[in-house]
Amino acid sequence: MTDSVAKFDIDVDGGVLKLIAKGDWRARFLRSIDSKLRDFADDSVGRDLVIDMSAVERLDTTGAMMLQRTFYACDSRTGASKIVGAREVHAALMTQIQNHLAPCHVTPFHPNPFLAVLDRLGGGVANTYRVSIDLLEFIGFTLSTAFRVIIRPKRFRWTSTFHHMEEAGLDAVPIIGLMSFLIGAVVAFMGAKILQLFNADIFTVELVGISVLREFGVLLTAILIAGRSGSAFTAQIGSMKIREEIDALRVLGLEPMEVLVLPRVIALVLMLPVLAFISAMLGMLGGLLVAWGAMDISPALFIARTQETILLNHFWAGLIKAPFFAFVIAVIGCFQGMRVEGSAESLGRRTTLSVVQALFLVIVIDAFFAMFFLEIDF
Amino acid sequence: MTDPIEKDVANTIEVRGLRTQFDDFVVHDKLDLDVHRGEIIGVVGGSGTGKSVLMRAIIGLKTPSHGTVRVFGEDFYKSNEKTRLSVEQRWGVLFQGGALFSSLTVAQNVMAPIREHLHIEGELAKDIAALKISMSGLPAEAGAKYPSELSGGMRKRAGIARALALDPELIFLDEPTAGLDPIGAAQFDELIVNLKESLGLTVFMVTHDLDTLHAACDRVAVLAEKRVIACGPLDDVRQTDHPWIQEYFAGPRGRAALAAKAV
Repeated sequence: MTDSVAKFDIDVDGGVLKLIAKGDWRARFLRSIDSKLRDFADDSVGRDLVIDMSAVERLDTTGAMMLQRTFYACDSRTGASKIVGAREVHAALMTQIQNHLAPCHVTPFHPNPFLAVLDRLGGGVANTYRVSIDLLEFIGFTLSTAFRVIIRPKRFRWTSTFHHMEEAGLDAVPIIGLMSFLIGAVVAFMGAKILQLFNADIFTVELVGISVLREFGVLLTAILIAGRSGSAFTAQIGSMKIREEIDALRVLGLEPMEVLVLPRVIALVLMLPVLAFISAMLGMLGGLLVAWGAMDISPALFIARTQETILLNHFWAGLIKAPFFAFVIAVIGCFQGMRVEGSAESLGRRTTLSVVQALFLVIVIDAFFAMFFLEIDF
Repeated sequence: MTDPIEKDVANTIEVRGLRTQFDDFVVHDKLDLDVHRGEIIGVVGGSGTGKSVLMRAIIGLKTPSHGTVRVFGEDFYKSNEKTRLSVEQRWGVLFQGGALFSSLTVAQNVMAPIREHLHIEGELAKDIAALKISMSGLPAEAGAKYPSELSGGMRKRAGIARALALDPELIFLDEPTAGLDPIGAAQFDELIVNLKESLGLTVFMVTHDLDTLHAACDRVAVLAEKRVIACGPLDDVRQTDHPWIQEYFAGPRGRAALAAKAV
C-alpha cells in the first residue's frame, strides 16, 4: 500500500477526459479535495468522462458519492462515459450509491425578516385573543362544574381535595413562613433607617403592619404558590394528557374537570387564605424582632401600638384577595395543563406559560383591588 | 490525520462473563456472546430479560460489575479516552425512539457527527447528509423537517441516517421495527440487509419481531436466565430444547412467521 491520502489526476486521452482516482477515498481524507473535484466537474460539464478506479485502495459511501456526483455532472449521455477498473466491492458500493444522489434541504424555508416580524406580531395578537376566549370558557366550565357538584355533593372528590390541600397548602408552610419572616424584617430595617432621621422610629410599626398585612403577606404568598403549585398542576395534568390518561378518564365516563380540576381549584382556594394569614403573622414577627433588636421598640410596645393604630381593615383587605389569587393560579395551572399536546417540549413550554400568566394576572388583580379599596375608602 | 490502530479481529463484539446489575437486582450473570464480523445478529428474549441492558453494556452506557466487553478487540471500559473515541466513531447506534436531537432538523442531525468528528462543513457535509438520508429511505424533503414533525417510522429512518453518518462498521439497533406497520417493518428489514451487503456492516439488533429474525438475521441469540441460552442460525436455535424457545418459535406467531418465510 502506498500513501493513504485521496488524490486524483486528470488525463485527456483522444478527446475523452480521464479521471484517475487514487489512494484512500474515505470521508476523513476527502475534505481537502472536495472543492477541486467540484471545480473540475463545473469545467467539464457535457464532456465524456472515464473514471478509473483501479488505484483506489479504500472507498466509503462519501468517496463513492463524490465519484458518482462527478460522473453524472460531466456525463454527456452519449454512452461514452464510464467507470472502469473498480474492484468488485467498490463497484457494488458505487451501484448502491447511484440512486441516492439527490440533494436535500437542510433547514426549513425562512420568509423575509420583515414579514416574519409582522407574522409574529399578528400571530401573537390573534393567539392572545384565542387564548383569552379559551380561558374564559375554561373558567366558565370550572364554575359550572362546581355548581353541579354543589347540587350533588356526592360527586365531590374529598380524598383528592385533601391531598392537594396537603401538597399545595401544608407542605408550603415552612418556605412561606421563612420568606414572610424575612420580608417583614427587611421592611422594618428599611423603615428604621429613614424614620430614625425624623425621630419617628415608632412609625416602623405602622410601616410593617400596613405593608405586610395589606400587600406583602398575600401577594408574596400568591407569587410563591404560583411558582410552586401552579406549575405543579400544569405538570401533573400535562403529563397525564401526554400519556392519554385524560382521554382514558373521559371514556370511562369520568369528567376530568370534576376529577382533576375542581379538587385542585377548591384546595387552593381554601388553603391560600390560610397561607396568607400565616405569612402575615410571620411577617409581623419579623418586623417585631427587628424593631426590638435595632430600635429598642419592645415587643409589648410593638403589639400595643399595632392594636392601637392599625385598623383591622388592613388585615381584611389583604386576606380577602387570597381566594381570588388562588382561583386564578389554580385555574391557569389546570388550563395550561389541559392544553399540553404530545411532546415533552410542549409540557415544558406550558409549565413556563402557566407560571408567567398566573403571576401576571395575580398582579393585575392586585392592582384592581388597590384601586377598588381606594375608591371605597377601605 | 492518522488511522487509529485497527486490530484485525474475527469477532467484532466479544462479551465474556458479563455481569450487570441494578443495586441488588442482577440482570445478566456469566453472559458470553460473540458477534462475528459482517453478520446480522438478532438478540431476542422475553420482556425484562435485559436485551436493551446488554446493548447498553456493550456501547458503554451501563458499566458491568463483572466481566469484559470487547468491541473491535478493545475493552471499552478499560481503555483510554483516545481509544474510546476511535471505537465510538466506528459504530452507530439507533435508539428505540430514534433519539434525534429535537432542536435540529433531520439533515442537521445527520451532519452533527460529520461536523464534530470529521470536521467536514459546508457543501460536502450537506451532500453526505443528503446521501445518508436518501439511503435510509427518507424523501429529500424530510431533511429540513424537525423530529417532532415526523412519524415514528420516519424518525427511525432518520435515526438510521444519523447512525450511518460516519460510515460505521458496526451498527446497534434497539427494536428497529417496533411500532412500525408491517409494510414499514418489512421495508426496514430490507434496508438493513441492503446496507449490510453494500457497506459490509455488522449489525447487532435487539428485536421482538419474528419476521425480522427470519428476514434479516444471520444468527439469533436468545437471552434467558440471565445469560445467552442459545446462539446460532435460526434453524439451529429453533431446535433447542428450552421451554421459552419452544414457546417462542412454536407459538402461533412463530409458526406464521415461518410459513411466511417458506412462501
